[in-house]
Amino acid sequence: MAAPELTKADFQSDQETRWCPGCGDYAVLAAVQAFFPELGIPPERIVFVSGIGCAGRFAYYMDTYGMHGIHGRGPALATGLAAARDDLSIWVVTGDGDALSIGGNHLIHALRRNVPIKILLFNNQIYGLTKGQASPTSELGKVTKSTPFGSIDGPFNPVSLALGAEATFVARTIDTDKQHLPMVLRAAAAHEGAALVEIYQNCPVFNDGAFDALRDKKRGAENRIYLEHGEPIRGVVRDAEGALRIGGEGEPVIHDAHREDPSYAFALSRLSSSPDGPTPIGIFRDVRRPVSGRDLARQLAAARAAADDASLDALMRAGDTWTIS
Amino acid sequence: METSHRSETRERVVVRMAGDSGDGMQLAGSRFTDATAVFGNDLATLPDFPAEIRAPAGTVAGVSAFQIHFASRDILTPGDTPDVLVAMNPAALKANLPLMQRGATILVNEDAFSVRAVQKAGYAENPLEDGTLAGFTVKRVPMSSLTTRAVEGIEGATSRDAQKAKNLFALGVLSWLYDRPVDVTERWIRGKFKGPVCEANLAAFRAGWSFGETSELIDVQVKVDRNVDVAPGTYRNVNGTEATALGLIAASVKSGLPLVFGAYPITPASDLLHALARRHDMGARTIQAEDEIAAASMALGAAFGGALGVTCTSGPGLDLKTETIGLAVALELPMVIIDVQRAGPSTGMPTKTEQSDLLQALYGRHGESPLPVVAAQSPGQCFEAVFEAAQLAIKYRTPVILLSDLFVANSSEPWRIPDAASLPPIDPRLRTTTTGPFLPYSRDDNLARPWAIPGTPGLQHRIGGLEKADRTGAISYDGPNHARMTQLRAEKVDGIPVPDLEIHGEPDADLLVLGWGSSYGTIRAGARRVREGGGRVATAHLRHLRPMPANTGALLRKFERVLVPEMNSGQLAHELRARYLVDVISYSKVQGQPLLPSEMEQQIWRHLS
Repeated sequence: MAAPELTKADFQSDQETRWCPGCGDYAVLAAVQAFFPELGIPPERIVFVSGIGCAGRFAYYMDTYGMHGIHGRGPALATGLAAARDDLSIWVVTGDGDALSIGGNHLIHALRRNVPIKILLFNNQIYGLTKGQASPTSELGKVTKSTPFGSIDGPFNPVSLALGAEATFVARTIDTDKQHLPMVLRAAAAHEGAALVEIYQNCPVFNDGAFDALRDKKRGAENRIYLEHGEPIRGVVRDAEGALRIGGEGEPVIHDAHREDPSYAFALSRLSSSPDGPTPIGIFRDVRRPVSGRDLARQLAAARAAADDASLDALMRAGDTWTIS
Repeated sequence: METSHRSETRERVVVRMAGDSGDGMQLAGSRFTDATAVFGNDLATLPDFPAEIRAPAGTVAGVSAFQIHFASRDILTPGDTPDVLVAMNPAALKANLPLMQRGATILVNEDAFSVRAVQKAGYAENPLEDGTLAGFTVKRVPMSSLTTRAVEGIEGATSRDAQKAKNLFALGVLSWLYDRPVDVTERWIRGKFKGPVCEANLAAFRAGWSFGETSELIDVQVKVDRNVDVAPGTYRNVNGTEATALGLIAASVKSGLPLVFGAYPITPASDLLHALARRHDMGARTIQAEDEIAAASMALGAAFGGALGVTCTSGPGLDLKTETIGLAVALELPMVIIDVQRAGPSTGMPTKTEQSDLLQALYGRHGESPLPVVAAQSPGQCFEAVFEAAQLAIKYRTPVILLSDLFVANSSEPWRIPDAASLPPIDPRLRTTTTGPFLPYSRDDNLARPWAIPGTPGLQHRIGGLEKADRTGAISYDGPNHARMTQLRAEKVDGIPVPDLEIHGEPDADLLVLGWGSSYGTIRAGARRVREGGGRVATAHLRHLRPMPANTGALLRKFERVLVPEMNSGQLAHELRARYLVDVISYSKVQGQPLLPSEMEQQIWRHLS
């Protein structure tokens, strides 16, 4: 008997969602809940792990298994879970402060290890839950409560960072893009190893309009450089002098997300340093590399299933022993 | 074979081997230990090595030592004053001479006492010549040259092989001196080395043995009879780390839960990671995490997935894991945290022991976050202690801290191997069904909440560090609910039944000596000496620091005086005073070295009079 078709409602928990009105998180939650039935994975096999920050609440709203962890440790918690269980679909929800500041170490190592987890990085370029301090993706000169004279620290480019950490899947999308977001999620879910998806997410209270250059109907259409595997990269590119121009001269670049050498994806990630102008959107890199502990998990499960009193006795008695009668 | 040697029998002997870190003293010591264990003596060992991997050769900073105490009766500690010191170079002599009492025997590698080596050790004159060793029985053995001669004829063996084999020459001499079985050691050499290196080591070992047998220099062979007063059973020698590893594997087998062990390298806890990393055959999964925080988080994440999640560290690492342990308290998931204590604060003395994380284990988290704390009291008992920590964690859905320390982790003793079938099964009681809505923060008679793991249909739920409503687990900022949850978490931990403290010795004595953790053997040994001298003293030992045994307060009040010896500045004493309003007497030692039976004896006498 075939399992009944899942619907969006199957992924909606009974918890009241408590983000600010107009928060980009609502759009992402709705898109994720709408997308998940498509995966065909029963809700009990899905786990959402989150850190601290507005994004951290996400786990409470999905009717799956969920763990709302501590600040920045989501990837580490998820790595432990993945080590224990290879039969789950594990998703980490994190923000720019959570993933890139306090949890930076865990993020890069989860990517390096290629742990089979999908990391959704909600980037709003601000600390929301602590009420408006500069984040590691805030632009230079950003005036916030903690930087009243403008931030003097340059930001991370999360995609570049992930590529530098040997990530096998790196993508960027936008909270309100109802077509593109599910497409990226689909590809991330299909990826065997660690996937990092940066989601530009608007914070209407503390950083409203940060992504207007990409989210606006008119400006967005101009500024989004869509990356589609096998398709020419269309949109704004830099010419030899470094000037931005639409299109470009000569042969178009055909996007190859499967290219082993990460410098190609890295170069694409450097087309923009902040989302206030032409910015690549899509899957930068999607390559295969051995997944952390995948074969090991199976071997260990078999070994453990076979471990019993007899093998425990043998282990304890290994080496030099003596018997007193 | 006829020899001119006399033979004498002793009840107990303490041997100390010391050399440069590169001289293989730990190896020689552990081989001597295995032969002694197989022979059937009771024994206890203590390695003492420097923090530097390779301090400049020949310097006092680079001296590595290994001590073994063995006897024909039961013994409790690695001993305090060595009967015999083997010194492989002048630095080893210099570093260890303060431990020796006049009359003891010192075996030196005479070849290593060159003018330059003597100077490097910080001696102005050659200590073999200038009267430094007056009052000691000194045996000058040219170990380097005799080893070279023994190895010379072996095809393919280099002079470097000979140089490296001199520890086995020393082992050979000691093996003859104390009549240890040679087959155990030779079998080990054959298993460990191959080709010319194997032959060189065998030759060096045999040459040492023959030297003992034939040289007039060593005139007495010392026999220490088997200890016959031993419970029947099969034994092996284990150090605390090995016993802990076996205990964790046993808990995994008896619970049917996969062991997921997250760790970040830190002295002296790394050895447990090494021991478990080899246990793929038993299904153990170890992860060398990116940091201490991740190591704890991985263990906790694995626990959410239904594993026996364990992390191990030492002081500075425990600081970093604190936040995750607090989360585990809130999540009420099983988790075992092993703290192999070392001297602090900060980096402190990583290769020296201390018991100074007790208050951190009890209280070192923000908010009210109670958890059970168990202490290991001897190398072999680490097995039981960690098994119990896992049992408590699983039964009560709580993180449990196991306090071990460098002394108990590295020391060894004979361990009676339990039958796996005799170990109690640990039922994880995973929740698989529900009638009505699933309530992740409902509780059973032990106040433990249900453990429903991902993959279980219909029991999807979310847990997190935010305060939860009683029963439903929904996020709650309600004041009375927080008060109730705070109380429930504490009641759960404090309601765990632990065995009463047992009094050893004279229950009607005026003085009770109460210790905890790795000082168990030392306190017992000190008290035994006092009793042998006609004193009356009672001892008791805490293995459970939270909750404490129910009779603790009554016992403290029953005795006129209570002496609490600790390798810290009085942390248990502080706790006992606060909890039971009894003014115990604190005896404190923070020198990075374990308490000694002799100082215990002295302290007990002091408080008896």
